[in-house]
Amino acid sequence: MNLRELEPQRARRELGAPILALEGISLAFGGVKALAEVSFDVREHEIRAIIGPNGAGKSSLLNVINGVYRPQQGRITFRGEARAHMEPHHVAAMGIARTFQSLALFKGMTVLENILAGRNLMMRSNLFLQALRIGPALAEEIRHRRRVEEVIDFLEIQHVRKTVVGRLPYGLQKRVDLGRALAAEPKVLLLDEPMAGMNIEEKQDMSRFILDVNDEFGTTIVLIEHDMGVVMDLSDRVVVLDYGRKIADGTPAEVRSSQAVVDAYLGVKH
Amino acid sequence: MSAPARNLTLAFFALLAFGAVSPMLFQGVRFPQWLEIVIGGLMSGVLYSLVALGLVLIFKASGVFNFAQGAMVLFAALALVRLMAHVPFAVALALVLVLMVALAWLVERLVLRPLVNQEGIVLFMATLGIAYFLNGLGQFVWGADVYTLDVGMPKEPKIILDRVFEGGILVSTEDVIAAIIAGLLVAALALFFQRTSTGRALRAVADDHQAAQSIGIPLNRIWVIVWSVAGLVALVAGVVWGSKLGVQFSLQLIALKALPVVILGGFTSIPGAIVGGLLIGLGEKLSEVYLGPLLGGGIENWFAYVLALVFLLFRPEGLFGEKIIDRV
Amino acid sequence: MIYRETGQFRTSYASDQQLFPILQDRVLVIGFLAFAFVVVPFVASDYLFRAILTPFLILSLAALGLNILVGYCGQLSLGTGGFMAVGAYAAYNLAVRIPSLNLIVVFVLAGLCATLVGALFGIPSLRIKGFYLAVTTLAAQFFLDWLFSRVGWFTNDSSSGSVAAPPLELFGHPIQGPAEKYLLVLSIVSVFALLAKNLTRGAVGRSWMATRDMDVAAEVIGIRPLYAKLTAFAVSSFYVGVAGAMWGFVYLGGWEPLAFDVNRSFELLFMVIIGGLGSILGSFLGAAFIVILPIALNRLPSALGVPLSTATVSELELMVFGGLIVFFLIAEPRGLARLWAIGKEKLRLWPFPH
Repeated sequence: MNLRELEPQRARRELGAPILALEGISLAFGGVKALAEVSFDVREHEIRAIIGPNGAGKSSLLNVINGVYRPQQGRITFRGEARAHMEPHHVAAMGIARTFQSLALFKGMTVLENILAGRNLMMRSNLFLQALRIGPALAEEIRHRRRVEEVIDFLEIQHVRKTVVGRLPYGLQKRVDLGRALAAEPKVLLLDEPMAGMNIEEKQDMSRFILDVNDEFGTTIVLIEHDMGVVMDLSDRVVVLDYGRKIADGTPAEVRSSQAVVDAYLGVKH
Repeated sequence: MSAPARNLTLAFFALLAFGAVSPMLFQGVRFPQWLEIVIGGLMSGVLYSLVALGLVLIFKASGVFNFAQGAMVLFAALALVRLMAHVPFAVALALVLVLMVALAWLVERLVLRPLVNQEGIVLFMATLGIAYFLNGLGQFVWGADVYTLDVGMPKEPKIILDRVFEGGILVSTEDVIAAIIAGLLVAALALFFQRTSTGRALRAVADDHQAAQSIGIPLNRIWVIVWSVAGLVALVAGVVWGSKLGVQFSLQLIALKALPVVILGGFTSIPGAIVGGLLIGLGEKLSEVYLGPLLGGGIENWFAYVLALVFLLFRPEGLFGEKIIDRV
Repeated sequence: MIYRETGQFRTSYASDQQLFPILQDRVLVIGFLAFAFVVVPFVASDYLFRAILTPFLILSLAALGLNILVGYCGQLSLGTGGFMAVGAYAAYNLAVRIPSLNLIVVFVLAGLCATLVGALFGIPSLRIKGFYLAVTTLAAQFFLDWLFSRVGWFTNDSSSGSVAAPPLELFGHPIQGPAEKYLLVLSIVSVFALLAKNLTRGAVGRSWMATRDMDVAAEVIGIRPLYAKLTAFAVSSFYVGVAGAMWGFVYLGGWEPLAFDVNRSFELLFMVIIGGLGSILGSFLGAAFIVILPIALNRLPSALGVPLSTATVSELELMVFGGLIVFFLIAEPRGLARLWAIGKEKLRLWPFPH
């Protein structure tokens, strides 16, 4: 499944300067070390994959970027601003959006409401205007609704837009998760195992969405994924983690041939 | 716990301790009188702990916050005192015990089983419904008057330590016996949870109903056991309190105070229920006696709750509760 | 056949997002409101106004406020009675100390007082969650109970602890009869219900529901928990405060602290649960249920020819109450509003079963 070969005429975006950089990130929960001095950068417009065996700390890394976890050591630089730890609200305002491994959708709301929630940050009208729902408040709702409908069209979920998310099948829920992240029009999109639990067709669809987002909007993508075929096809560069440490960093071809990576995945004979 | 949080908690306790001894510093209260109040407060704290214990048990084992615990205390006490009008104490006690087990069985069958895997708030509301139902049933079957419960507890207070302090210290023998009973019950329950396989099964169930079921733990039987034990605890609390205060409706409101006790101690901790009860009983008594006259009395209506509230601001999971880590 | 959407096209987002997009719904609601405003004042008996309609409307408003907090934002609160008391006593003090104030202004200011108190007691919700929060809201309830019964200033130093509201008048027109009181309450509650519906449909409503469903994910997409929770407490307390003011002024006429005790808090919580968490309609349905139930239970024994003492009836009431709550939670945990929605869906397909 090599989408690049299928569409060779698709112009690749020029990769820019590093937009996100992690230096020496160490994270521990009590005595358990989740991350140990992980450093890497992500260039603008690129698709960066993070791979590694289960429990390697990949989701924790995303959580550190988002500000859900605070690392004990290290620095995170985003768009030129360096910090010891991130605040979730600040990160969202600066333009990082993400999807979640366990979906984390708002189960009580409809698809439309979930994706609209992704745009809450951009809504400015105050409580009173919202209560009366006139003038600027109403205009704002309609304006954002228009943009959200574009995301819904892009992800082909028009037919379920008024369905409560809790009732949707897993594949559609995954798309809503992506839609909520896209609705924020982020500069950087963090995807935590977007292909988990999908069959081949669904993976092709999702890969197409990811490539389209990167091509059309220039969004930088950081992607955690287990399917090696997807990783090798989609990404520009790859970081490999094992037991919280970075063991390889480079293009897919470099990483594939790295002995350390082979050892980590297949195990070393003692 | 992080250093700043630990410092805040220590500061909180230091402040409490200071408040506790301040009557002696500022109001000229002498040590023996103060000690009397302290002992009295600790004693009533033990009684709170007794009710809180039932709450913790049920929460530990079924993840349900049993709002009906107070109603169960009243129900058990009411049943006991009315049966004692016809049969001797020991027989009545045995009958009520059977009654509480039957109640546990009914609750499991009619309420818990249909609601398994519902969210916590739904189960909490269901226990609220059970509380209302028990109140109505108890009054319907046994009447709504105030009844005196006489189980042979000595009523005269004793004077102790009269050689150390001039005049000695007044201590209620009834309270001391209650404290001993509570202590024994707590020790037995702690052992039960830690050492027996049933205890382990109960802890598994508290963590995850579905997972426990999938490894073959008989959920239904476990719940009947737990609610029966909670019923037993309610009965003991009912006897002790009913004997002290008389069996009446307000018993239930006092039992409501077990909630801040459990909050303070942490929902899942038996030692937490004890320590929380002692702290609340002590604090309440001291503030009512020394702070009350300044503010017009009636402080004990809200002191326990406000104390729990303030404490939670420092430690949202209570003294010994498990820290909640949010994962995405 | 009747309830069909076919043929009704919405060609703009504005029309798709309107309150009642389906024509039949619009007709029903407007018809119902017309009936409530124009017909009922002339046909209903005084008893109906006094015992059922007016208390139902006021309690619906309080339930609406509580539903915003518990149903939409997921913050469990057992202190609603206390906030009603704040509204009532604030209104009393305003009306007695500044007699020239317009009645509506009194109600709104009373609501704002409740908002301040509610926001204050809502601050702990940033650190404390779930049942822990529920128990701390009891702190608010019992403390406020104590405050209003001990501190004489609130009751204008009344010796008995009870207060009487001044006679009602609006723009010079006295409001005395039960029908007039009903119309006053109906107007206020209708407006408030509309405002609440708008809020829950808007950005702030989404921030509430996001916080309720998955607060960590909500924070990650930029919804500040501080903003969501405090606005929920603030709006909720405003509604509850105004309801409390109306309860004291319009329904009771005079009251003592017990009118707003912890039992009132539980009663409102039951309304919200039975009616449906996270539903505006549910608040009304739940309030109707709780208001009508005791009356029905009172009438039933004599209707069946079984004579029972009042004490027995109230005991049975408790039992039926408790039993019904458990029954509802088992049968339909999402309440009467969900039953209503299911009914509508079936009506859409009627006469086909599915």
